[in-house]
Amino acid sequence: MKAAVIVFPASNCDRDLKVALTLSMGREPDMVWHGDSELPDTDLIAIPGGFSYGDYLRAGAMAANSPIMREVVKKAESGTPVIAICNGFQIATETGMLPGALLRNAGQKFVCRDVDLLVTSQNERFVGCFEQGEVIRFPVAHHDGNFYADDDKLNELESEGQVAFRYVTPEGEQTAAANPNGSRNNIAGIYNKAGNVLGLMPHPERLISDELGGTDGKRFFDHLVSSIV
Amino acid sequence: MKARVYISLKNGVLDPQGKAISHSLQGLGFKNVLDVRQGKTIDLDLADMDRDAAEAEVERMCQQLLANTVIENYSIEMLD
Repeated sequence: MKAAVIVFPASNCDRDLKVALTLSMGREPDMVWHGDSELPDTDLIAIPGGFSYGDYLRAGAMAANSPIMREVVKKAESGTPVIAICNGFQIATETGMLPGALLRNAGQKFVCRDVDLLVTSQNERFVGCFEQGEVIRFPVAHHDGNFYADDDKLNELESEGQVAFRYVTPEGEQTAAANPNGSRNNIAGIYNKAGNVLGLMPHPERLISDELGGTDGKRFFDHLVSSIV
Repeated sequence: MKARVYISLKNGVLDPQGKAISHSLQGLGFKNVLDVRQGKTIDLDLADMDRDAAEAEVERMCQQLLANTVIENYSIEMLD
């Protein structure tokens, strides 16, 4: 299996993602610079977290218009799996690959901590290693993670099973206190309609060993890789 | 030719920065402040061209980059 990690100026989770993918794949992903206009042959595209272009204008807005993203959007439309994490999620919404937008956190503060997440829908490729309804733990680290979609779009996401993860209590309850950023319906991650693009604010690549505090991210990447091979 | 683009959050989209500004103003004693919504302006310096063509081009800039129409409204003012 081959994977490509897109690298923008001020991406800062690209190497974490490389480590996570390398551990799960047994080979290194290609690191692809944002200014490139062609993608290498790849089975998975990963858009990492960070502060691409310094979050100028809006988080992800400039990166969404970089040359490589035109290729990423084309590949996504033809069915290549894409995982977009944190700033990657913001970039994916800015390109229109994913619906909605990520606003400034409702509490105005940068939030950096582990969060409990409910695995909301069944998408075999991305979350087949988790039980539907299982509560898992990934860290968040963001200032603009407040998921917004208007009422119609939100209803569509819910009824089409496009909500991937929700912020919940450790017991799996969807409460306001468990929501770190004010996201509508406690949404932490969503799929596109076709189910091959996943965007999420939490960072699975940051919990891939017990030394780092947990292995739910390792489970996630091991499964993703095995489902694509 | 110059153009000014005003960008604001759509009604119903939470504006935490506007809320914080509102609280600060009230804290300073401006008790008449009921609510604050903040946004941004972008000033564009354009080559000399037909005014309507320029406005149409700025419109395309707003659609493609300057505004995210999922969450933002924009308006364009052409300045000479």
